[in-house]
Amino acid sequence: MSAVAHPIVDHNVPAGEPPHIHHMDTQTAYGAAKLGMWLFLGTEILLFAVMFCSFAVMRYYHLAEFHDASKHLNIWAGGFNTIVLLISSFTAAVAVTKAQKGDNAGVVKNFGISLVCGLIFLCVKGYEYSEKAHHGMFPFVWNSDFYHYKNFLGLYFCMSGLHALHVIIGMALLYWYGIRPAMRNRFSGKYYTPVELGALYWHLVDLIWIYIFPLLYLVG
Amino acid sequence: MAAHASAAVNEELNYLNWQKGIWSWLTSTDHKRICFLYLYAILFFFLAGGVAALLVRTELAFAGPTIITDPHTYNVLFTMHGVFMIFLFVVPGIPATLGNFLIPLMIGAKDVAFPRLNLFSWYVYMIGAAIGAVAMFNPIDTGWTFYAPYSTTTGTSVSLMVFAAFVLGFSSILTGLDFIVTIHQLRAPGMTWMRLPVFVWASYATAVIQTVATPVVGMTLLLIIAERWFGAGIFDPSKGGDPVLMEHLFWFYSHPVVYIMVLPAFGVVGEIIPVFSRKPLFGYKMVVVSSMAIAAVGFIVWAHHMFVAGISDFSAKFFSIVTFLVAIPTAIKVFNWVSTMYKGSISFKTPMLYAMAFVFLFMVAGTTGIYLAMLGVDVYYHDTYFVVAHFHYTIQGGAVIGLIAALHFWFPKMTGKMYNETVSKCAFAALFFGFNLTFIPQFMLGMDGMPRRYYDYPAQYQTLHTISTIGAYLNGFGYTFALANLLWTALFGKVKAPRNPYNSHSLEWQTQSPPIHENFAEIPVVTDEPYNYGTPTGRGH
Repeated sequence: MSAVAHPIVDHNVPAGEPPHIHHMDTQTAYGAAKLGMWLFLGTEILLFAVMFCSFAVMRYYHLAEFHDASKHLNIWAGGFNTIVLLISSFTAAVAVTKAQKGDNAGVVKNFGISLVCGLIFLCVKGYEYSEKAHHGMFPFVWNSDFYHYKNFLGLYFCMSGLHALHVIIGMALLYWYGIRPAMRNRFSGKYYTPVELGALYWHLVDLIWIYIFPLLYLVG
Repeated sequence: MAAHASAAVNEELNYLNWQKGIWSWLTSTDHKRICFLYLYAILFFFLAGGVAALLVRTELAFAGPTIITDPHTYNVLFTMHGVFMIFLFVVPGIPATLGNFLIPLMIGAKDVAFPRLNLFSWYVYMIGAAIGAVAMFNPIDTGWTFYAPYSTTTGTSVSLMVFAAFVLGFSSILTGLDFIVTIHQLRAPGMTWMRLPVFVWASYATAVIQTVATPVVGMTLLLIIAERWFGAGIFDPSKGGDPVLMEHLFWFYSHPVVYIMVLPAFGVVGEIIPVFSRKPLFGYKMVVVSSMAIAAVGFIVWAHHMFVAGISDFSAKFFSIVTFLVAIPTAIKVFNWVSTMYKGSISFKTPMLYAMAFVFLFMVAGTTGIYLAMLGVDVYYHDTYFVVAHFHYTIQGGAVIGLIAALHFWFPKMTGKMYNETVSKCAFAALFFGFNLTFIPQFMLGMDGMPRRYYDYPAQYQTLHTISTIGAYLNGFGYTFALANLLWTALFGKVKAPRNPYNSHSLEWQTQSPPIHENFAEIPVVTDEPYNYGTPTGRGH
């Protein structure tokens, strides 16, 4: 043992080779990374589960208000966003296959499309929020015409807001761990872990929206 | 347990001295160093929470205002005690310190699966602590439970404090996640699941609870902030929200969290008792199964905190019955520990004294828990000192005593030094006697109907309160004495510890004391069960 610390993950290896990890072999590292990501996704689902649970309880108490308030959401904007996210999830999945085949340009292209879709999603979301702001549809604007929808609106902003935050985090992950290394030909059949993990996270972001959209926009 | 470890390494070089300087500690991803980073931080908050507790007890020493003249200050003090002790001390307690130190050593790995994440979790913890410290400028008075609607309306800085708790929860999730992956992926060759030391199993069960329960309370705390800032109308009844929903979500985490606190202590006791009884752990498989069963059943008992909160008769009965179920796996554990000691050749070293104190105190905690699980009885005992005493027998008598036991037991491995046995036994006596003197009177106060969280009381409760306060000071003295002894030994102690002072079989004792940076000179190969003391196949009788 020398007194000089080795880096835990050493990326200073030939392009396409897995990084050297100081305390486990490559196969173990791949398994550990995947297990860690799946567990993390589990915690994310539980995080959102609290809001889905609160939604169920609040809807039970305020059924009529939830029905009416839901009609004030823009179904076309929400539906469009759903399609956009589904497309982005598809390209994220394609990017993983491309990485496994060592096609780094394909990773850049497909993750790039996912990134653009994420951006479109956020723009549409911003448009919807500004529409709500225009009508004073916030739970704390007590003198607006929509104040009796406050329970629905409170959950609407909490759920969609936290989801939007996850979209932003997901876009950052796709760029930093997918696109940027792929531009340097980092991935190959031997090493594609970050692409797979990034895509997994992106699928989760998509999955949560798949539940938020019908609950808030359609069922109400 | 056979281990071919570290004969040829330089005995002088170890994880403590191979790099020097404060910066090498603050940037270290070595799980053993991160243990110490956590240890100093949590012991600081143990001290802070302890001072708050002693202020509370001083106020209650005599009827009428003693040192505090207004109820608000009293509310702030017991809230500080609760928040510091729960979120900053006991929850990270054993997992983040001993868990960090021991899990890779016990399973024969060089480090945890994600060392950088491990260090990151400490920084997240410190950020949470810093946010909590800022919140102290306008300290909260809600109690550590943050019940709505008081928490959504009081003018104190609840938003900051619950955000601090959210951040601390994040740290807890990262630790738990790291441990699960480590135990799944990094076991040494031959280290099968059924050869894992019970401490690893207990830590695994703990990590599962940390990962599954903590996100729920995290989101609940964020919703409290949303309620306060944006009037989200989820928990505040004046806006059509449901405060009982908040209690459900809160206890969905905060009941399992007591198992986060106490399960690792079960593991510690399961390690200590076989070593000092020179006998195999009785019923290893049942110990493992009961740990996992506690983790599982712990998730469906939360509403026993809410029997008087207006839940339906049906759910009250359901949660009462499943709460009784918890008694089964915990009783199995007690039987296993006692059976391990039966006819063993017991040596009463300090860790063993703590372990036996743990078994006794935990039995008191468990049986009084059964009282509280009974619906009719709970209506009477709810929000009295009986609950306070029960809780402290579980958490202080269980989790904290477990931590102190573990610190004594693994101290030679962690620091390479031996503490003074006589001093540590005196400290143990003060601590154990003081603890019981504090909380036995509180059981009696609770039976007499003394409500918790009151800063004054009628004269009839005077005697018991005074005894309890004297006990609290003795208890505080015992902890200070015990920890000061360890700290002094770590800094100035001269007696070198051998590699394996207790002749233990588990892997962490087979490498040098203190271990080298990556634990083992070569990864050990495991060929045996962990507790074969005094059996034909076992070594080192």
